[in-house]
Amino acid sequence: MTEPMTTEDTFAQPAAAAQPREPLVEIRDLVKYYPIRGGILRRKLGDVKAVDGVSFDVLRGEVFGLVGESGCGKSTLGKTLIRLQPPTSGSAAIGGEPIFDKKGADLKRLRRRMQIIFQDPVGSLNPRMPVSDIIGEGLLAQADKENNWGTRKVRDARVGDYLEAVGLRRDYARRYPHEFSGGQRQRIGIARALALAPEFVVCDEPVSALDVSIQSQILNLLLDLRAQFGLTYLFVAHNLSVVQYISDRVGVMYLGKIVELASVEQLYSNPRHPYSIALLSAVPNPNPRIRKKRLVMKGDVPSPAAPPSGCRFHTRCWLREQLGNPENCVTEDPPLRDIGGGHQTACHWAEKATEEAAGVFAARQATVDAAIAVEV
Amino acid sequence: MTTTYSSGVVGSRPPASDVLLEIRDLRTHFHVMDGVVKAVDGVSFGIRQGETLGVVGESGCGKSVTALTIMRLLDTPPAEIDPDSEIWFNGRNLLTLAEEQMRAVRGNDIAMIFQEPMTSLNPVYTVGDQIAEAVALHQRLSQKAAWEKAVDSLKAVGINTPERRAKQYPHELSGGMRQRVMIAMALSCDPKLLIADEPTTALDVTIQAQILELIRKVQDETGAALLLITHDLGVVAETVKDVVVMYAGRVVETGTVDDVLMSPKHPYTEGLIASIPSKEKRGERLNVIRGTVPNPFNMPAGCNFAPRCPYRFGPCADHDPRIEDASPPDVACWLYTPAPGSPVPPRTRARAAGSTT
Repeated sequence: MTEPMTTEDTFAQPAAAAQPREPLVEIRDLVKYYPIRGGILRRKLGDVKAVDGVSFDVLRGEVFGLVGESGCGKSTLGKTLIRLQPPTSGSAAIGGEPIFDKKGADLKRLRRRMQIIFQDPVGSLNPRMPVSDIIGEGLLAQADKENNWGTRKVRDARVGDYLEAVGLRRDYARRYPHEFSGGQRQRIGIARALALAPEFVVCDEPVSALDVSIQSQILNLLLDLRAQFGLTYLFVAHNLSVVQYISDRVGVMYLGKIVELASVEQLYSNPRHPYSIALLSAVPNPNPRIRKKRLVMKGDVPSPAAPPSGCRFHTRCWLREQLGNPENCVTEDPPLRDIGGGHQTACHWAEKATEEAAGVFAARQATVDAAIAVEV
Repeated sequence: MTTTYSSGVVGSRPPASDVLLEIRDLRTHFHVMDGVVKAVDGVSFGIRQGETLGVVGESGCGKSVTALTIMRLLDTPPAEIDPDSEIWFNGRNLLTLAEEQMRAVRGNDIAMIFQEPMTSLNPVYTVGDQIAEAVALHQRLSQKAAWEKAVDSLKAVGINTPERRAKQYPHELSGGMRQRVMIAMALSCDPKLLIADEPTTALDVTIQAQILELIRKVQDETGAALLLITHDLGVVAETVKDVVVMYAGRVVETGTVDDVLMSPKHPYTEGLIASIPSKEKRGERLNVIRGTVPNPFNMPAGCNFAPRCPYRFGPCADHDPRIEDASPPDVACWLYTPAPGSPVPPRTRARAAGSTT
């Protein structure tokens, strides 16, 4: 197996946009519940509220990072958005065209505009299909008189073009997935997503299953391809360093809702939601000389089947504790509100939610723990 | 039936008494249908009592197999441990022990935490029973006393309502809880050495922070030595003092976490650190280590890393740099150690001509 070629010359990370970009994808009040059934009669006992009312825009040409931990609903949101599963309620549009009300031939045409790259390079490729069919399957499904993708030769040529675009050799089209490494399989998955020339690609944890040295190859590739093909990405990930690197704007999700939405610069220099602050604090830094006081949250994430009342984060919120347990955190669900410059946060006490306050909390936490240790 | 693995190396002497674990020239090869996989091919390092050591490397570098070999948890065959390898623990070469003797060491003196707590906990027993089983086995306590010790150990790892939790099954607990149970199990017999194999890789970052803090606290309080295996350089930077970098079955660099992460010497370590994405690198291309790890059935002649190395030169394709023969002794690379038959190593590193092919 020869090494993949890197597309050194096509890279161009766009400079900060001079004029505001217009939205490509608009999401309004998206809800996705999974019913919980039980008992002899399989009655509905409740719902897993995976996505519980999410609204935001993805601007044309940007990388929108969607970050959060297990169970926050980020993957569900990505898959529901492109209609891999039906939403429970809400609406979305791409380039002004509504997504959820389409059927039949209209839906089929719509699917060309949006595609997805999956997380698992092993599970997402059919082991019984050669690469040419894996990438070509979508082309065949969308063949018509104009594009001629029904013709084998035309399809194969296009498959070859996209294999080269992702840094693989054209003759790999004849091979099967098991003949490739994880990084190469992920490239095949990317080629498959791009073969239909979509405008919008959901990247669902595309590098999480890869080693660090392969991860950097794929991240460079994704940015090259964005520039080359004019793509827009919704980049779903739990690794904050990756999201920091690749995104233009970031949405932080917790238990089915977006709790903070900001540009990368805003979020990483001035996070204003206690969950975002705790999340950023938890990321281990490979620089051993940076010894920050870590803010350790207590307990586990509550179940999305039974989210806490009011603000979902209140049961683990350090700020609430620091402020003496204010009532409104338990009774009212804070809406996402703009705190300046497009930076939005969903916290009743956002003015007090700062890294500095977190530092004070963490320092106190350490002394309290030490005191307990002495007692025991 | 006594099944000693090897009869030891003639003339070999145990390490100094404050050295808890010392591995010498460990080679673990697997005989499979397609050939021999040299998973660990000459690895040596040591840990003193109460110290912390990180073993860092990517998939397939042999770090987990090293840990499993120390614990002698590999079936032999298909694994084959070279008879000249030695694993000195507390003054004894573990490879010369019979299985019954090794069983007394496992869990008691050396305890291990695995990566996937769901698959390493038995799903049909309560977590309390599983911890009590380990305690009863190693410490010969009554069932009742073992159960009480199990509940205490759950409390010690920060699980609230330990009496209730002890009666639960693994599937009823979250990932973070299960890992705490693993740690409780590992600690229940006061081991001298704790081996943690990617203990937080499967966990969310906020839970990871809790678990790493717990591991540090526990190590601090019990004085156990810690061998932490991970691919995450951030985790290593925060948790251990010294580190060993592995690539393709070998150790390529050693040193304190500060030296290795801030001033890496080996081109692989340098490339790895440069590949990590961060806020500061926005707008730039990430460094890439071209290519992929070598085929384990067909390792390159010469240096294992040479085909991917941006600095390779003359001797690299023909001669294999071994860290045991390296001078300075902390990095296995011809850029530092004079290669056989070659002049003094280059003082400045230049990217090898034609290194883009």
